[in-house]
Amino acid sequence: MEMQKLYLLVPLAPLLGAAIAGLFCRIIPRWVAHTATIAGVAIAFVASLVIFRDVAAGNTFNGPVYQWLTSGDYKFEVGFLIDQLTVTMMMVVTFVSLMVHIYTIGYMHDDPGYNRFFSYIALFTFSMLMLVMSNNFMQLFFGWEAVGLVSYLLIGFWYTRPTAIFANMKAFLVNRVGDFGFVLGIGLVLAHFGSLDYKTVFAQAPSLAEATITLYGGAGWGTVSLMSATCILLFIGAMGKSAQVPLHVWLPDSMEGPTPISALIHAATMVTAGIFMVARMSPLFELSDTALSFVIIIGAITALFMGLLGIIQNDIKRVVAYSTLSQLGYMTVALGASAYSVAIFHLMTHAFFKALLFLGAGSVIIGMHHDQDIRNMGGLRKYMPVTWLTSLIGSLALIGTPFFSGFYSKDSIIEAVSVSHIAGSGFAYFSVMAGVFITAFYSFRMYFLVFHGEERFGLAHHGHEAASHGKVEDAHADAHDGDHDDEEVAPDHHHGLAPGQKPHETPWVVTLPLVLLAIPSVVIGYFAIEPMLFGDFFKGAILINHEAHPGMEELAQEFHGAFAMAAHAFGSPVFWLAIGGVVVSWFFYLKRPDIPAAIKAACGPIYTVLENKYYFDKFNELVVAGGARLLGKGLWRGGDAGVIDGLFVGGAVRVVNGVAVIARLFQSGHIYHYAFTMIFGVCALLSFWLLRA
Amino acid sequence: MSGMPLLSLAIWVPIGFGALVLATGSDRNAPLARMLALLGAVAGLVVTIPLYTNFDLATPAMQFVELKNWIPRFNINYHLGVDGISMLFVILNSFITIIVVLAGWQVIGSKVAQYNAAFLIMSGLMNGIFASLDGILFYVFFEASLIPLYLIIGVWGGPRRVYAAFKFFLFTLMGSLLFMISLIYLYVESGSFSILDWHRMPLGMVQQMWIFLALLVAFAVKVPMWPVHTWLPDAHVEAPTGGSIVLAAIALKLGAYGFLRFSLPIAPDASQQLSGFIVALSLIAVVYIGFVALVQADMKKLVAYSSIAHMGFVTLGFFMFGGIGKEGSLGVGSTLGMEGAIVQMISHGFVAAAMFFCIGVMYDRVHSRLIADYGGVVNTMPKFAAFFMLFAMANAGLPATSGFVGEFMVILAAVKFNFWVAVAAATTMILGAAYTLWMYKRVVFGAVGNHHVAELTDINAREFFILVLLALGALGMGLYPQPFTEVMHSSVNELLRHVAVSKIL
Repeated sequence: MEMQKLYLLVPLAPLLGAAIAGLFCRIIPRWVAHTATIAGVAIAFVASLVIFRDVAAGNTFNGPVYQWLTSGDYKFEVGFLIDQLTVTMMMVVTFVSLMVHIYTIGYMHDDPGYNRFFSYIALFTFSMLMLVMSNNFMQLFFGWEAVGLVSYLLIGFWYTRPTAIFANMKAFLVNRVGDFGFVLGIGLVLAHFGSLDYKTVFAQAPSLAEATITLYGGAGWGTVSLMSATCILLFIGAMGKSAQVPLHVWLPDSMEGPTPISALIHAATMVTAGIFMVARMSPLFELSDTALSFVIIIGAITALFMGLLGIIQNDIKRVVAYSTLSQLGYMTVALGASAYSVAIFHLMTHAFFKALLFLGAGSVIIGMHHDQDIRNMGGLRKYMPVTWLTSLIGSLALIGTPFFSGFYSKDSIIEAVSVSHIAGSGFAYFSVMAGVFITAFYSFRMYFLVFHGEERFGLAHHGHEAASHGKVEDAHADAHDGDHDDEEVAPDHHHGLAPGQKPHETPWVVTLPLVLLAIPSVVIGYFAIEPMLFGDFFKGAILINHEAHPGMEELAQEFHGAFAMAAHAFGSPVFWLAIGGVVVSWFFYLKRPDIPAAIKAACGPIYTVLENKYYFDKFNELVVAGGARLLGKGLWRGGDAGVIDGLFVGGAVRVVNGVAVIARLFQSGHIYHYAFTMIFGVCALLSFWLLRA
Repeated sequence: MSGMPLLSLAIWVPIGFGALVLATGSDRNAPLARMLALLGAVAGLVVTIPLYTNFDLATPAMQFVELKNWIPRFNINYHLGVDGISMLFVILNSFITIIVVLAGWQVIGSKVAQYNAAFLIMSGLMNGIFASLDGILFYVFFEASLIPLYLIIGVWGGPRRVYAAFKFFLFTLMGSLLFMISLIYLYVESGSFSILDWHRMPLGMVQQMWIFLALLVAFAVKVPMWPVHTWLPDAHVEAPTGGSIVLAAIALKLGAYGFLRFSLPIAPDASQQLSGFIVALSLIAVVYIGFVALVQADMKKLVAYSSIAHMGFVTLGFFMFGGIGKEGSLGVGSTLGMEGAIVQMISHGFVAAAMFFCIGVMYDRVHSRLIADYGGVVNTMPKFAAFFMLFAMANAGLPATSGFVGEFMVILAAVKFNFWVAVAAATTMILGAAYTLWMYKRVVFGAVGNHHVAELTDINAREFFILVLLALGALGMGLYPQPFTEVMHSSVNELLRHVAVSKIL
């Protein structure tokens, strides 16, 4: 009983904080808002720790909180499933959220929407916790949409900026496309399993492994596997939330939001909801190789092609955003290879080092007075030592340096893919290997441009126009002005440093979270890999069909401890690819800056394609959005106004009118007309009767 | 409590207060008229509360029944009673009446007594519709309720009010005539005007078909279903805010309620035969109207179209018979779909009312309904923007709001019925969000668009109170829909049992 109260406390404490900060945001002073929300999230974090210890001791929980709805044979409940997977997510979410809350005190210091912002991020924490703690699909969907709502509110936090309110609507609608598939997947689950409760559904799954559904006609092509259809539809939901190609388009634009939420929502937690969901559904996905192939291919495409886009970005946040997309691709690949625990492991390490990188980027942005263009930076190492060091740690973790947390998780993904036999794993292996080089290259390109080299800030009329190698890009940017997301910030936020002004290190509320995030970014992999991947930790939470997908067992046989794994890595091709990426970026951006410019000039068409992000945005805007508007206009003008009102309603009016016009002829008002008509009528009737007789 | 004629009170208390309000006469007594109207509306809601608290969940039979002779020569009775479905609408209607009286408080300056009286009388008549168990009584209330609404649009409406009022009246009248003919036919066949007798009366397939189609015309216009929906956007655009609220929250429900009370139980075989046709029309309403709503420049038109799309979900939920799975055998409708549709009706009562009220709040200040005349409202009306966001999200069917519950239930039921029907229905997830949020973005977000927006004042205490009431409804139902659905279980099951049993002898 005691523990159950604690479970309730975890989501409700942040909710209460959000309510205090949100409902009274115009009355209360700032310290009340941040104290209330930070206290709420801190309570949630501590409670999560206690629950973690309890779960580690073997006490899992699955039960309802209240009955939401009953209808016919169906029961919909709000309830919690507390197991190893849940508690891992709870710790990651509450810890990163707590760090971001503290950081926000510094980052949003000058913002008039201070209280509102705290309310939103606490509300987000509540929603995300409801999502991960759910024991059924209905509540999962509730959390899923609620985090989407808060993401929408936060991307559009600066609601006077046209780019921000475009980006938040785009994010919501693209996610809704994913939800469209998700809700149909949930529908298939309810229709065929008769319940939305995880436990009931998973228990029945093996017996329905061979079930089919008829989509059209009789047999043959119209019949598909129930499990494949369900899993693919559910995964479409994950593609929206976890930004997988082609539903990734909203994530780069989401950088319009304040940096703390980019770290919390668009890197560490919300975007990983899709990964979590698939891992949670492992008893279903394990039964469909088709779905797993679909997953691994989508993940591989995302990992490779989104990484490539990271290379050409000049906005510090966008570099990190594309890196996030690419890393989400890695996690998805792991899911496709049936290495669910590896995906969750990478999710966890990524949450720490990517939140660190984002918050570091935010710290740089504060130091640079809201200039986000890395071409205007350089040499910041001297001025912002804490930010520099922690960002370096984050970058090293991201590229998979041995002994860092990112190494353990990323290397495990690559290993898992290499032993997977699922269709598409060959391509996925190529993608994740190439991705290692690309990740190292763009990460250190950013790192060198920001923290090393000559100081390019504080120049008179700095900005893109003056930057020596910005000319080509600007020509493109101008040509695609309708693109809405070419330029990163609206003019009123684009201050930058005045001539002669130097960047400065940020206050302790900003740097403390950086340090606290840097610690797990280094060590968590070393300590967690053995229990999470090869121990029994996820045994009850994640189910793998070892006969069909023996990858994890092979990995376990080759694993001889965390230290040995890192020590062996120095000779592996993965390591040299990463080193290669770092060295090339060092050579290009610190030694010979003329080389990238030359390459850019030589590869014009390729560069144009990358600059336009493979034309996804163009297509969506012209074909999808434009087509919908055109169709709407056509149906409205043609269907409603033309056919229904014009032809039928108007036609009826015209018929009545026509009859009336003729009838009116007889109502002339002249006595002699009426007399004539009467005589004529009498004659006609008389003749008729007489002739008939 | 059981001795009180609660349903009669629910009908005649508002009408009586309406007469009193009317008696205050000219606008010199406007404050008195308003106070009396509010008193009447509150009293009207108070007498309906025992309907819920004393409701017996176990029985599908009619409750709080009153039966008196009215015109014995034709066996016409003053026969009232509610089941778990109609009881909810009586309460919803009485609740909405308070909202409309408050909504017109400072806004309506001329003919105040007449305005408020019209709403009170209409409220009573609408309660009469939901409580009637006699065909003629139902018909009288059904038609009489048209008059106040017609007057509200025609007298207090916008510039094209006369056109809109006529269009509204003629469209609905067309259906009413066929409805009357059906009633007379049923009387001739059964010798009774009791609706419950008709539920039990055997009927041949041909007769069922004709009755179903005649009723379909009557009810489809009211719902409104595609393609007889074009009167609704015009009526909404010209109606005053209060008129739009009642129109959306209650009047649209009458058609859907007609399906439940008449079409389905009286002509079950025809309902099954033609269910595919109704499902098709419903899906057209969801998809076609969704696209049309996207391109509207007038906020009221946009919300009116979105109402049509939402009502498409209602008719879809009613007519998903058969399907696969546990409930198996063909002909058994889906409880989930049916209850989802009813939930959607109630939810739409809160959400559409709130959307029209929000538009009214802006209209009162700027005197425009065009999206292009706004932009950046959040800068000058932050409190309003927060409420409007909540209702926009409810309109888009976000979980934790009432808009989600019905939509979710109907979509889930649709997957079971037919996967492709569900695919078409689920497009509302995208379309609903697209038209609602695009409007919200252009109206509320952004920099201050023009001097009208710059001069806006945020909502006052009265508007705040109304919005809080509606928000409690929308959120409460979204977070805990069980109290709404548990009262309807036995009635819905009874209805589905009626539909499942063939009437053909």
